[in-house]
Amino acid sequence: MSKRIDVKDLNVYYGNFLAVEDVSINIEAKSVTAFIGPSGCGKSTFLRTLNRMHEVLPGARVEGEVLLDGDNLYGPGVDPVTVRSQIGMVFQRPNPFPTMSIRDNVLAGVKLNNQKISKGEADALVERSLQGANLWNEVKDRLEKPGSGLSGGQQQRLCIARAIAVEPQVILMDEPCSALDPISTLAVEDLINELKDQYTVVIVTHNMQQAARVSDRTAFFNIAGTGKPGKLIEFAETSTIFNNPSNKATEDYVSGRFG
Amino acid sequence: MTTTSLTNPQGAGRAGDKVFSGAALAAGCLILAVLFGVALFLVIQAIPAFTAPAEDIQGGQGFFAYIWPIVVGTLIAAIIALVIATPVAIGVALFISHYAPRRLASGLGYVVDLLAAIPSVIYGAWGAAFLAKEIAPAYDWLAKNLGWLPIFHGPASSTGKTILTAGIVLSVMVLPIITSLTREIFLQTPKLHEEAALALGATRWEMIKMAVLPFARPGIISAVMLGLGRALGETMAVALVLSSGALTASLIQSGNQTIAAEIALNFPEAGGLKVATLIAAGLVLFVITLGVNMVARWIITRHKEFSGAN
Repeated sequence: MSKRIDVKDLNVYYGNFLAVEDVSINIEAKSVTAFIGPSGCGKSTFLRTLNRMHEVLPGARVEGEVLLDGDNLYGPGVDPVTVRSQIGMVFQRPNPFPTMSIRDNVLAGVKLNNQKISKGEADALVERSLQGANLWNEVKDRLEKPGSGLSGGQQQRLCIARAIAVEPQVILMDEPCSALDPISTLAVEDLINELKDQYTVVIVTHNMQQAARVSDRTAFFNIAGTGKPGKLIEFAETSTIFNNPSNKATEDYVSGRFG
Repeated sequence: MTTTSLTNPQGAGRAGDKVFSGAALAAGCLILAVLFGVALFLVIQAIPAFTAPAEDIQGGQGFFAYIWPIVVGTLIAAIIALVIATPVAIGVALFISHYAPRRLASGLGYVVDLLAAIPSVIYGAWGAAFLAKEIAPAYDWLAKNLGWLPIFHGPASSTGKTILTAGIVLSVMVLPIITSLTREIFLQTPKLHEEAALALGATRWEMIKMAVLPFARPGIISAVMLGLGRALGETMAVALVLSSGALTASLIQSGNQTIAAEIALNFPEAGGLKVATLIAAGLVLFVITLGVNMVARWIITRHKEFSGAN
């Protein structure tokens, strides 16, 4: 249940401002792809175009194609709601619904797509998803407590459980560890490693060690200057990007000479 | 080598803190003092109405027999107003905060706020001179077709000056209060939670059900309670619209009365025990409003654990 993503000549605009220019990239199924680059280079913006979440912002639009196993996400008649139910997303700050219990948080997406679910099925799904997010043992005795009572790392894993409960094809993660302490970060990174057995994972990160640890392939984005569009500079195996990049800017960035 | 002392002999720079905390404390005490003063006034002035022999009170059957029909009338009018206004207000607020294009939204918000600025006597005049007449045929229809329900029991008032009309006018008056407050709360929904819902594949309405409304729940309750406060206490509009009388179950016949209108209509010519009776009625209204607010607060805190605050 994982699909590949092929992006062809994608431009992202905010109104008339070109934010990301001419990105073409092939993201393999059942792999972890990391996007790295300095702040403002458009990597998060680009990530959001992969499940049409950028459309939440007024004036945001794209040109080009994003193909999910050959189906264009921006084709005529494609409903962004359907796109998002197949391509899940985990955000920078953990955002479990504060008004819902842990259990209801996990079930939130399922109740949207499949209104009727028996209690037994729901219980099994909650357990399976929380197991999948390495959170089950920590919360199994307090499933009816609010999700906001968990620690930041637990909340983030709850959000991952919520995302995988709907069994998406792809999981996008927008700097999922930037608000977490090192131990929680490790827990989420371990989880990412397990997720790629079943899902296609795309992760934006500011942390190059993290990219090196978790990803199979890495894309380096850069920006020529303020007001200029972000571009994809180099995309290769993670070991190549970090040890033997072909582009000077990539080398400077991963070796810490700028950014 | 210089040593700096940790003690600050003059206490300079702390004066502002002291003044501000003093002012804040004074303001807090003042509000309690005012509330207490009003309550005390009402109680003292109302005592004669409670102690007087039953036959001296208007109606001749004691204060309780006098007050309960208008308490019920007050509640009926306020409930009609809220039942109509709450869903409309939430709908308008959601439209402004989440559906309307930005320019339309700000214009619409402005118009709604303007509604709140219209004096109640104008609503009353509109209700009495226009709405009552226009709505009378609808009451006839209700009496004919739904007359088996006690609340629509006929014959309908031919002037349309009924408690239902008063309730409708009140609903228009509380609408802007509930709308403005709920709109502000809807706009404060964290983007984070809205995006969480959308990223799960929620449609806009599902996102609102999942993230916006639960987050806004305590705020909606507060807004409705503020609206209820206005509906309970509204005097002028009811006095003009309602052709008052004895308590009746039918909402489309003339009859019923509210506390505030009863006080306003009778106070100018009242004297002696009658004044005490009316003030006692005011005390009852005060207690009802206080009770309503306490219940609202209780409802809000009951779900504190699940509110967006933690």
